[in-house]
Amino acid sequence: MIDVSQFKPKTVYVTYIAATAERVWQALTDAAFSRQYFFGFAVEVEPKPGGRFRLLWPDGRVHVGGEVVEWTPPRRFSCSWLAEGMKDFGELPVCLVTYEIEQSGESVKLTMTESHSWDVPPAILAGGQQGWPKILSSLKSLLETGTPLAGANDGPPAGFVEAVRKAVAEKPWLK
Amino acid sequence: MNRPKFVYVTYIKTTADKLWVALTDPATMRKYWFGAFAETDWRPGSKWTLKFDDGRVADSGEILEAEPGKRIVIRWRNEWKEEIKAEGWSRCTMTMEPYQGVMKLTIEHEMEGDGTKFIEAVSGGWPRILSNLKSLLETGSVAYETKA
Repeated sequence: MIDVSQFKPKTVYVTYIAATAERVWQALTDAAFSRQYFFGFAVEVEPKPGGRFRLLWPDGRVHVGGEVVEWTPPRRFSCSWLAEGMKDFGELPVCLVTYEIEQSGESVKLTMTESHSWDVPPAILAGGQQGWPKILSSLKSLLETGTPLAGANDGPPAGFVEAVRKAVAEKPWLK
Repeated sequence: MNRPKFVYVTYIKTTADKLWVALTDPATMRKYWFGAFAETDWRPGSKWTLKFDDGRVADSGEILEAEPGKRIVIRWRNEWKEEIKAEGWSRCTMTMEPYQGVMKLTIEHEMEGDGTKFIEAVSGGWPRILSNLKSLLETGSVAYETKA
């Protein structure tokens, strides 16, 4: 398993949801939910530390692969995360994604933290910074209204593909 | 040199008009801003005051830009906590854009100087306020009712 002490938080997104912790947990870990709010991807998790984590395209191809690092329902779910299905991207070091669910007043506070083990350039971090607000806004709408936002994936932000290609060529994490 | 800055993006199933009203109408603000509301006429150059539920002044400033349905820029200073007020002015930009049938709302809150306490405070506040705003516009009620 990865050494989480090597990872530093780079992107944090917090949202408050009028739902129970159990419902938010289910939405994060169940494919029937994730297909609706996560750009159509089906989440697939082996529910134990060391278990396999994947996000799958509707046709079954792997978009993201990883390993469960922490599994404490309905409070904390952490996994390594690599978009191995994207060109070049699969050669980057894995990142660590952690979902934390806390009761806060009558609602639930959901904190998503994306952590990295190397000095990731801003142009690569921008990918997650563009995606997470869409995904988690849609998750909140789904749980509160029964309907997700349309949220088609409109591709990576400007400069993202070039930054990934450059990082893969130079491999700054080895230095 | 990067100044301390907080950025938050949320997508809300609503119209540009309804979002504008929610961001500028004091009675609507009170519902999702834990009772707080703004006093201003939303014209560039006008004074802007954010008041707590009980009428005490929370923050003060000036409207720098206001374009209905699109953009608000406020020069913004804390008025109720000495150590945060001492950090001086910040600038808050609210940007509203139609996006795939919903509205994308971006809040960028940046210090004019290099203090970090103000940005820490708003980093905790904005996600609560904007989660509530989204719930209010999509469901008619807020997610989180506890007073600030």
